[in-house]
Amino acid sequence: MGKYLEMIRIRFLMMLAYRTNYYSGILIYSINIGAYYFLWSAIYGGKENIQGLSITQMTTYIAVGWMARAFYFNNIDREIAIEIKEGKVAVEMIRPYPYLNMKMMQGLGEGIFRLLFFSVPGMVIVSLVFPVDLSANAETWIYFFISIIFSFIINTQINLLAGIATFFLFNNDGLIRAKRVVIDLFSGLILPLSFYPMWAQNVMGYLPFQGISYIPSMIFTEGFKGSQVFEGLFNQAVWSVLLIIPVYVLWTLAKRQLVVQGG
Amino acid sequence: MDYISIFFQYVGQYLKTRLTYRADMVVEIFSDLLFQAVNLVFILVVFGHTSLLAGWSKDEMIFIYGFFLVPFSIFASFFNIWDFTDRYIVKGEMDRILTRPVHSLFQIVLERMELESLFGVITGLVVMFYAGSNLGLEVSWYDPFIFILLVIGGALVYAGIFISLATIGFWSDSRTDIMPMMYNIGNYGRYPVDIYNKVIKYVLTWILPFAFVGVYPSSYFLRREEWYTYAFLTPVVGLVFFLIAVTLWNVGVTKYRGAGN
Repeated sequence: MGKYLEMIRIRFLMMLAYRTNYYSGILIYSINIGAYYFLWSAIYGGKENIQGLSITQMTTYIAVGWMARAFYFNNIDREIAIEIKEGKVAVEMIRPYPYLNMKMMQGLGEGIFRLLFFSVPGMVIVSLVFPVDLSANAETWIYFFISIIFSFIINTQINLLAGIATFFLFNNDGLIRAKRVVIDLFSGLILPLSFYPMWAQNVMGYLPFQGISYIPSMIFTEGFKGSQVFEGLFNQAVWSVLLIIPVYVLWTLAKRQLVVQGG
Repeated sequence: MDYISIFFQYVGQYLKTRLTYRADMVVEIFSDLLFQAVNLVFILVVFGHTSLLAGWSKDEMIFIYGFFLVPFSIFASFFNIWDFTDRYIVKGEMDRILTRPVHSLFQIVLERMELESLFGVITGLVVMFYAGSNLGLEVSWYDPFIFILLVIGGALVYAGIFISLATIGFWSDSRTDIMPMMYNIGNYGRYPVDIYNKVIKYVLTWILPFAFVGVYPSSYFLRREEWYTYAFLTPVVGLVFFLIAVTLWNVGVTKYRGAGN
């Protein structure tokens, strides 16, 4: 346990050293949220609500979706790919801790850093500029935080899968990009899933992606009520456990497959 | 003449390197398609809940997006200079470029091209024809020529903005995240500018003229006569921004001091 805390701490400090890069990041996210705000205002055009979400809830949904993304998003898929391509993974694998756990902890260190230095100030700025509705209900906040922890776990497991795929494909920039696009679309980051036609919603119900963005954002905007909150959290918990299986299987196969290209 | 033959030699080498990892190239083209599909899905889903967006119909929005893809794909294929500072200035690669008897910007265009992005031109055309036939748009014999002109204009707008930003690297090699931000702002140009407030509209027209890549030129083909002046300004704006960028580049190169090695 101690070594994992240390990994989180080191990554946190590494990020802290380059913190100036993040101020411009906040601006990028605010611009994104701004674009969607204007777009959605035009889409609502005077309508009171669409699919049970008011325009304020929609703005909040978009804002919190992007800010939560700063927490769960990481580049460990790309890092794993680079370490495999450069042959560094061979050295990493003889170290006295599981490689994948280490990657996950590094991702967590990054996530905590961004949550504190990016999402929190970003959310303050965004809520000053746009009509964002922050809930006063403490329970909502608690459920939201539980929910984004699951978001992190699910997203990281998917990243691990994409990263490990490098063992088989050797060069998988395309796959990593495709994965990112799929997550943007199916996780509900750019559109709440309830906006999709019914058949699409049914398909997405069987996929893990809604646990990444849709569920926490709906909890935060209070678009989910009563038992829906618990169903959402339960769905996330199930996927967090289920995804361990493919990660483990693929990793076991990958270790046998290992071809060090360079190093 | 030499420039043309050098261009094709680079293309030949490029194809060889890409074909080494065929599976990855297929996935990459596929992921480009997915990426373009996401934006279409967004438009389709949104219009499931409304019939007009600031006076623009679903097919018109799809048409604008299809048009946008064409100049954007050309830009994305040849002007991958978003990491110029890191790649050429910080690592000192610019030294190598400057020892060769071909214009430095041209060499960087050649070295960094990503031809598979050109696939987006086809996607864009398909999307435009689909939306256009739904709208019952008429095509005159001279429209293809105007189309080419407007596409070149749009691609030059993008190239001009990004080259100008890259030249900042000649004066300061500190890292900035300004490039990804520009890609995001570029997306504003895909939607009708009348949905934004006045300040953003002004910026998108005259300062970072991304509106000239999507909505303005498309309005010519959509026969939106109120925007015709802007539509025909597209090549002019493109040329002006590109010339400014090349001038900045030529001045910037003289300020370059090898930072690497």
